[in-house]
This record gives sequence, structure tokens and C-alpha cells, in this order.
Amino acid sequence: MKKSRFPRSPKVILGLCIVGFFLLLTIFGPLLAPFSPDNTSFAPLLTPSAHHWFGTTSLGQDIFSQTLVGARATIVVALVAGLVATMLSMVVGISAGYIGGYTDDGLSLMSNVFLAIPGLPLLIVIDSYLPVNSRSNTLVIGLIISLTGWAWGARVIRAQTMSLRNRDFVEASRIIGEKRHRVMFFEVAPNLLPILASSLLFTLLYSIGAYVTLAYIGLTSTSVWNWGTMLFWAQNNNAPLSGEWYWFVPPGVCIALVGTGLALLNFGIDEFINPRLRAAGLSSKQRRKLGLPRRQRLGLTPVLRTKVTTPAPLATTKPVTT
Amino acid sequence: MRLIGRRLALYAVTAWVAISVNFLLPHLMPGNPIQTLIGKIQGQVTPQEIEAIRLSFGGGLDKPLLTQYFTYLGQLLHGNLGVSITLSQPVTTILKQSVPWTLGLIGISTVLSFIIGTVCGALLGWTRGSRLDSLIPTATFFQAIPYFFLATVMLLVFGSDLHLFPVLGAYSPSLHPGWTWSFAVSALRYAELPVVSIVLSSIAGWMLGMRNMMITVVAEDFVLMSVAMGLPKRKVIMAAARNAVLPSIANLSLAIGLVVSGALLVELVFNYPGVGDLLLNAVQNEDYPLIQGIFLVITLTVLAANLLADLVYLGLDPRTRTETAT
Repeated sequence: MKKSRFPRSPKVILGLCIVGFFLLLTIFGPLLAPFSPDNTSFAPLLTPSAHHWFGTTSLGQDIFSQTLVGARATIVVALVAGLVATMLSMVVGISAGYIGGYTDDGLSLMSNVFLAIPGLPLLIVIDSYLPVNSRSNTLVIGLIISLTGWAWGARVIRAQTMSLRNRDFVEASRIIGEKRHRVMFFEVAPNLLPILASSLLFTLLYSIGAYVTLAYIGLTSTSVWNWGTMLFWAQNNNAPLSGEWYWFVPPGVCIALVGTGLALLNFGIDEFINPRLRAAGLSSKQRRKLGLPRRQRLGLTPVLRTKVTTPAPLATTKPVTT
Repeated sequence: MRLIGRRLALYAVTAWVAISVNFLLPHLMPGNPIQTLIGKIQGQVTPQEIEAIRLSFGGGLDKPLLTQYFTYLGQLLHGNLGVSITLSQPVTTILKQSVPWTLGLIGISTVLSFIIGTVCGALLGWTRGSRLDSLIPTATFFQAIPYFFLATVMLLVFGSDLHLFPVLGAYSPSLHPGWTWSFAVSALRYAELPVVSIVLSSIAGWMLGMRNMMITVVAEDFVLMSVAMGLPKRKVIMAAARNAVLPSIANLSLAIGLVVSGALLVELVFNYPGVGDLLLNAVQNEDYPLIQGIFLVITLTVLAANLLADLVYLGLDPRTRTETAT
């Protein structure tokens, strides 16, 4: 049986579990919530108890229910923004890298401009001009976020496409007369899969951050529950200074957990494309099992050989996220 | 020098795009926001202020868009960013008070976070596979927390529960801003907690990037060679780190925008009187002239910082000076 090439390090498995858990929450969260998130019939500012797992807000709403219900909007917006942004960066990156010439110049300029403009202030300006009814529309918000989040991926994909452009298999398909877009999206694109996946994870991470931030400063409709709105209400009622930690910690921890899960998965992809990182991430027990020296030796970061078809990666140092 | 020329051109184009977006947004959004705005503030501010606001959006709405665009550019050149509706002061005056605070806060925390993160990353990469590697998931977790959430937690724990740091504001309310010793000390004390929370949120990116590069560089022949020659360990690490740090510095200009975005919110949490706090107040009051002015100032400052980072990179990497390609 063919062994999966995806690294099965504990980091990756943990990441998969976390992301899977929150995906389930996105689907079933609103069904599982014990109360309606708008229900104000409870006593205000209850500390966590068996009845209210995360306590209640100053309006007497159940925070546990809000967290469960809020998962859906948060993750749906992130998915919309992440998928759209990755599609955009794939089209722009592959076209720029494969076609070259003026197309490349134009597209590269465009992505560099988008990279240089700080994303959040731009998002805030666009969003503050949105009519109120579009602010509650998760799709609109997701699209706007994707507009500011595609450029980094496009740059990485372009660089990788350029290194693939003159490979034999690409030449061959050109010679047998395949159309250009077919070569681009059926020959080149599948070989970019790890980079595409990594770029998707990265944009998902960015989108969650961006959406929560917008909600936190009150730029999305407060009628849609998401983790950012919860933080918005907590901040507006001075929860951090009055010690009501149970109000803002649950949504914050959820955001951080989703982010960690995505980042851990990204480690897996990094190790998949850079075999040196794979060996570096092993514990001493695993190293012995693989017959490697127990301690890392200089000049000898072992390359764990599996049949990797992708070319060597460029340095994928990612900038910090908001 | 070609590289610098190219970067300059890129930033010039970016600045132009930002300025144009700033002009076009209120004109293209559904619902005619400019008209609504002017209608809403009628009677609240003086006619001169309304005129200044109107001009900063490009003058009469009945004129062709291009004419308005040039009016807008002309106003921009003269430093007229309009008048803030809520504060009834010219936007430039307001910005002059808050920009220094933000520059100081973000400048200090970016430099600190870059240096500490890079040093830690270099050491982590050198001792790869050791127990120190367990730091990585922790660092990832910190990286995934939104800046403002970490700031909120820090505020709660260290500021309001333990009273270790002064919070809310940028200096003790009993002092007057000025170049005095006690004011400087107070300003530094008030900046501690915001700086720490920005550093904590942004450090993981530098650390992980540096570690990964270091692992790649350490496997190179020159490192093995220098160890074989019996150079002291410290020198070997320095030599390897010097090569590994280049991608981090190349990324510096990209990361600045992200750090700025995060830091703006930290100001909100700590009520720090910088641009971020101003921006969020403006957003909540729908003070469009102020929002747009702040967006422009932030973008232009970030571009200037990017250029600076590029210059540093150019000085450090001799390859960029000889190669003709990017």
C-alpha cells in the first residue's frame, strides 16, 4: 500500500483536529446552542456556572450560546474570503509567471501595490462607506476582505510558476499544441498544489483576523453574531477593566485556536515542500527510529527522502498576521 | 541603484493608487455618501468648514468627475484634508498631535520585535531538534491571537488586576506635554504595556521565519568549513545568521503594513492617543474627512518605512548591488 506523503507529525495531526472541530462547529454550532444568543432574559453578568457555561453579558445574554452561534459567521466569512483570494492569487500569479512580458509587469505591479498599501486601514475606509444593509451581508464583507488579501499569494505563486515554466513536461505540452490556458491551469497549477494550499491557509488566517477586527471596531452589522461582535460588546461595556474576563476570553481563545490550527497545518505543508525542515522537527525518539544520529550534526541536516515531485521551495517566510 | 529606482517607482505608483482610491471611494459608493454627509452636518459647523470639507472631496458634485479629481489633488497639495466633523478642527491639525505617539509606539515595538525575534529564531535554528523546539507551537499560538485580544488580556492582568503598569492614555494626566524629564519618564512608563503586547503579538513571525532560514543555511558547506577550521561557535553562528537574516529583512517592508494594522487596534485598547484611537473614534462617528485623512497618512508613512527597509536591505546584501535582475 502506498504510504501517504503528507508528514504525520504530531503538529499536523493536532492542527487537523483543531480545524476539523471548528468546521463541525460552523455547521452544527447554532443547533447546539442551548439558548438564543439574543435572549436577554437571564440575570446580567453571571460568572460561569453549570447553567451558563461561559456566564452572561451585561444584558443577560448567554455567552456560551453566542460563542457557538458566532462560529458560523466568522468561519463562513473567512472561507469566502480565503477561497476567493486564493483563486485570485492563483489566476494572477500563474498568468504573470507563465505569460511573462508586459502581462507580468502589469500584474506584478498590481500585486506589489496591493502589498504595499496597509490592508486594515484600506478595509476600514471601504467598509465605513458601505451602506448599512451590506454590512450585515457576510458575502459582501468576505469579498472585500479577499480584495486586500490576495497579493502575497500571487507573488509566491508567480515565483514558483516561473521556475516551472521551462520544465520539460511544460515544454512538451506546449509542443503538442495544448492551448495556453490549458497548460497554465492543467499542467502547471497541479504542480503548485502545496504552495496553493499554503497560500489558502495563510489567507484564511488573514481573513479571520480581518473580519474579527472589523467587527470589533463596530464596522459590521451588530445583528449578525460573530466572535468579533462579542468582543465589540465586551469592550464597549468595559469588560476588560471591570474584570469580566469570561465575556471576552471565549471568543478570543476560539479565534486564537482556529489560527493555531491553520498555522500548524501550514507547518505540515512547509515540511512537505522543504525536506530539511522535516528532519529538523523530529524528536530524538523519532530520529532513532529512522536511524538518524540522535543529535543534529552540523552540515548534515538530513533530507528525509520521500518521492517529492515538487521542486525546491523558495524561502517561505511569511509576514506576521494581524 | 536600479533596484532603488524600481522601488521608488513602485512606491510612487502605490501612493498615487492610494490617493486615487481615497478620492474615488466616496464618489462611487452607492447612496451618495458625500451629499448625505454635507446634509447631515448642515447647521452643526460653520459654512467655511462645510466649504473646506466640500473642497477636500473635490468641490461641486455637479462638475465632471475629472475636474473634481484635480480639485481634490490640488487641495491635497496644499495640505487641506478637510475638517473633522466631530472635532471641528482641520484634519491636518488633529493628525499633527497624534502621529508622533503612533510613530514612537510602532517604531519602538517593530524594532524590538524584529531584533528579539531574529536572535531567538537564529538560536532555535542552530539548536534545531532540541527541546527548545517546543517553543514553536507556543509562538504559533501567540501569532494567531489578534493583536487587540492579547492587548486586552494584558490590560486586564497586568494593568487592572496587578497594577504593575499604568494604563489608559500615554502619560500621567497630572502632567502637561513638554520636553521635561518627568514627562518623558511618564510617557515611557505608559508605553511599556502597549509595546510589550505588540512585540508579543508580532515576534513569532520573525522567529519562525528566521528559524526556517537558519536550518537551511546551517546545512551549507561554509558553515561546516568554519567549524572544521575551529572558529569559535559564536563566530560560526554569527556568520550563518548573517546569511539567514537576509530574507527576513527583505520581508521587513511587507511586514510593516501588517504590524501597523495590528498596532492601531492596540491603541484603541489602551486608549493611547495615537492615530489608531483617532481612526476608530472617527469610524464610530462616521467622520469621513478624518477617516480618509488618517488612511492617507498611514499609507504614506508605511510607504516611507518600506523604502527605509529596502535601503537597509540594499546595504546588507551585496548581491542586489551587482545583479541587474530584481
